[in-house]
Amino acid sequence: MYPAQFRYSEEHEWLQVEDNSATVGITDHAQKELGDVVFVELPKVGDKVEAGQACGTVESVKAVSEIYSPVSGEVKEVNTALAETPEWINQDPHGKAWMMKVALSAPAPLDRLMTAEQYEEYLRKESAE
Amino acid sequence: MRYLPKSPEERRQMLAEIGCNAVEQLFAGIPSEVRLGRGLKLEPGQSEPEIIRCFEQWAAENARGFTSFLGAGAYDHFQPVIVDALVSRSEFSTAYTPYQPEISQGTLQAIFEYQTLICQLTGMDVANASLYDGSTALPEAVMMTLRASRRRRVLVGRSVHPEYRQVLSTYLQHQDLKIEEIPFAESGELDRAALPDRLGTDVAAVVVQSPNFFGTVEDAAWVAAQAQAAGAALIVMIAEPVSLGILRPPAEADIVAGEAQSFGVPLSYGGPYVGFLAAREKYLRNLPGRLVGQTTDVRGERGFCLTLATREQHIRREKATSNICTNQALCALMAAIFLSAYGKQGLRQLALQNLSKAHYAGERFQAAGASLRFRGPYFNELVVGGIGKRQGVAERLLEEKIIGGLDLGRFYPELAGDLLFCFTEKASREAIDKLVGISTK
Amino acid sequence: MADKDIKKVRRHLTQREALIFERSSPGKPPFALPPLDVPPVDPADALGAQRVREQIEGFPEVSEFEVVRHFTRLSTWNYGVDTGAYLLGSCTMKYNPKVNEVVARVDGIGNAHPYQPEMLSQGCLKIHQLLSELLLEIVGLDAITLQPAAGAHGEMTGLLLVRAYQESKGNPRRKVLIPDSAHGTNPASAAIAGYQAQNLASNRQGTVDLEQLDRLMNEEVAALMLTNPNTLGIFENEIVRIAEIVHSRGGLLYMDGANMNALMGISRPGDFGVDVMHLNLHKTFSTPHGGGGPGAGPVAVKKILEPFLPVPVMVENKDGSLAYDFNRPRSIGRVRAFYGNFGMLVRALAYILANGAEGLRLTTEDAVLNSAYIRKKLEGTYELPYSSPTLHECVFSDKKQAQRGVHTGDIAKRLIDYGFHPYTVSFPLVVSGAMMIEPTESESKQELDELVDALQAIAREAEQEPETVLGAPHTTHLGRLDEVQAARHPVLRWKPPTRE
Repeated sequence: MYPAQFRYSEEHEWLQVEDNSATVGITDHAQKELGDVVFVELPKVGDKVEAGQACGTVESVKAVSEIYSPVSGEVKEVNTALAETPEWINQDPHGKAWMMKVALSAPAPLDRLMTAEQYEEYLRKESAE
Repeated sequence: MRYLPKSPEERRQMLAEIGCNAVEQLFAGIPSEVRLGRGLKLEPGQSEPEIIRCFEQWAAENARGFTSFLGAGAYDHFQPVIVDALVSRSEFSTAYTPYQPEISQGTLQAIFEYQTLICQLTGMDVANASLYDGSTALPEAVMMTLRASRRRRVLVGRSVHPEYRQVLSTYLQHQDLKIEEIPFAESGELDRAALPDRLGTDVAAVVVQSPNFFGTVEDAAWVAAQAQAAGAALIVMIAEPVSLGILRPPAEADIVAGEAQSFGVPLSYGGPYVGFLAAREKYLRNLPGRLVGQTTDVRGERGFCLTLATREQHIRREKATSNICTNQALCALMAAIFLSAYGKQGLRQLALQNLSKAHYAGERFQAAGASLRFRGPYFNELVVGGIGKRQGVAERLLEEKIIGGLDLGRFYPELAGDLLFCFTEKASREAIDKLVGISTK
Repeated sequence: MADKDIKKVRRHLTQREALIFERSSPGKPPFALPPLDVPPVDPADALGAQRVREQIEGFPEVSEFEVVRHFTRLSTWNYGVDTGAYLLGSCTMKYNPKVNEVVARVDGIGNAHPYQPEMLSQGCLKIHQLLSELLLEIVGLDAITLQPAAGAHGEMTGLLLVRAYQESKGNPRRKVLIPDSAHGTNPASAAIAGYQAQNLASNRQGTVDLEQLDRLMNEEVAALMLTNPNTLGIFENEIVRIAEIVHSRGGLLYMDGANMNALMGISRPGDFGVDVMHLNLHKTFSTPHGGGGPGAGPVAVKKILEPFLPVPVMVENKDGSLAYDFNRPRSIGRVRAFYGNFGMLVRALAYILANGAEGLRLTTEDAVLNSAYIRKKLEGTYELPYSSPTLHECVFSDKKQAQRGVHTGDIAKRLIDYGFHPYTVSFPLVVSGAMMIEPTESESKQELDELVDALQAIAREAEQEPETVLGAPHTTHLGRLDEVQAARHPVLRWKPPTRE
């Protein structure tokens, strides 16, 4: 379910680091919690994002959820197709519905992020509560 | 008590089912120390005939049978009888906000039609389901531009309705921004010389009203060009939207908002009225209040529902686009019925009658030696200079059962004695002649 | 389908109806005015050709009878209080007496202009004054403004008053405490007054957690914004202590009066420590909801807040006549043009006059009786998350039915097939899967028994044939609407079809 090459945040974002760049999206769990996504607001190319800070929003019919950047850096690319097809976030959250690519200004805080295995354990604990 | 549908026996049965001996037990959760322990000091309940008599007596202490030439944000237009007949259908009037679309399609489709009519009139792309009134529509519109631009200064024409400006100040007093006023020129229009200097990169919006409080039609295109060149949004307020039957809509504006009372909503001593708010597409997710959107049902039929609710207070709470919860659905419905009844040709005819009556009156006043305070183009309101200071004019008018104009000194000390008159389709030639005769004698 | 259980309603035909624009064709006769009795003016001459529009693109052209039929057909797709029980919790969907509508339209009231001379408006001013006095007696406070146009508008006004008061004491403070069961408008209104909303969690009884209040209530907090009884229908039984804590640290107690219909004639907010509150005339005082407005949200205050009330306020002249005072230097300003939603004030006054003290008290008792009856009859069928005594409304949850995949929203839709307007779905937020029922005093025992039967039948369906509930409603003019499509691809206005 959760790709092993990704890292995961407690706010349910996923992250794939390649060299000095990271691709960010929201997890399958996050999209399920939201329900049918109807709108996303993403940062603009060139915006600076900071680890742990809100950088956008995802909306379903009756809920709004902030997107927290798991890393710090400058936004290099955003998935503009999501504006027209927000349903991809429900259909393929870990693939087609990536949200932004960030050029890292500092190494990704891997110690604060989870592996797929840890994230699944985290979800189990969260649902048990 | 006559509104309560239960017999004493039914109450006893219900209490027994609940397991209570007396109704007081149902209030056990309220500590005795905060119980009232006495009856309210109110008169005994009255029957229907008594209530009607009561209000008839109060009505008799108000102006009845007067001919009025007051406008200034509240307009005395004829209400086609079908408006009241249709809004009195209790499926409309006793329904709640259409949160359950399957049993609210009537309200929803009517609001969708209202939104469309407002867009067509104003030349804007989107309109919301309505706001409280014109005065509160102004701060809502201004807050849209503040959110969109993050700028902190707003320029407002001094010829915008004074009470709208007061409401704007009240709403925004704790929002860390500056509201500056732009004076009006001799023509009654916004002072063209004053605007460019005040513009700057910190100005979020320029607000004008057209026709403005003096009845003068503003050149929205010119103001838009100035404002937008400085990166500011133009908000055009409209208090008398019947003017849109013949006036070119301010399509250059970013936001067009105002008061739709003119469209069949009774004067009712100032409310309830209905605020409208329309904007360009880019403001869609920034709009306050409710929106009705088109969709389909499970069988594929066209239907309507409230949409884009994530902008609103019940979801976004303190980050919402506004704290507004209700709209003025029943008044918006009145407007939709009114506009449907008049339609494309009828609204134009209505506007032409208003224009013709006002211009007739303007000419009569001038022929009688009075002068118009402002030279700019006007629709159905005009200001006659100085006549309010003449001895005994107001009294003589009242003797003739005529309520004359509004003395502008109430809001503009320098214009004391200048009277603002309104001439709608209801102003007869005879009444206008009489008004002019008495006022200029 | 278990339609055999549906006794209250029968299917009947509804007419389909296009949009008004789709009924239009050029040249249909518009509403006719009398012939113009002054010389016609050419708009291009009077205004300048550049200021004049040719026509209103897309505007409808329909005959009078078509307009009548159009809106009549639309109305038949709606459900109003006059149709049947309207269970929306927190909304107080009570009977809207018809005489109220008559008096609001009386010649001299319905057509009074807000700027007509005060000496020719004494009747309106007397209505204003009498309603003010009666509302103050009902809530036990000292002064009132009738200007706010709705509940949320009243909240904003009340919080601006709080801020003005705190500023007069030297420090506006930064925060407003709001319980987690509050209406969503509360935090949004606080934001306009420049306050941060701070959440106050409920305790296990569903009321304010005194320990937490004691901890959070400090010199940074301007006010506690309380709904009492709260949205669970529970009266804050520690209200005196709550008021003490708030007042002892210089805060004010704001009450959201949305649920005042549970207290009329029984208990008065002014007597239990409230400093400022708004009332919803469209809830407690029977003015019609109108499909989402207009309402009215008067704000009543203690003496200490009176100097800050919005302009204008009512005063009495030396000769006994009434007038508006606009010269109030400490006022927060004007919150609405003119004098508020006057037409709604007229209706509310007619309602209070019809009831009198005795009638209002009995109204409250019946509202609470009806709610208690439903709670008792359904507590075995649906989960009751809080066992504290409730007043005018009760909140169940879908916990039992959710095990079969049937949620509060589904049960609500199925209630439509049984001939009822659903309860409030998924609110308050403190209850997962909330079903919030407020029957009001207006429902007869028969209507309540039918409701109980319906909700029990739906619970059985949820067990035995959940798909029937999940697919509901089955009998309405339109089936479930696709709200996702509406939000993903917003279509907010009609446009003429483009010719290919």
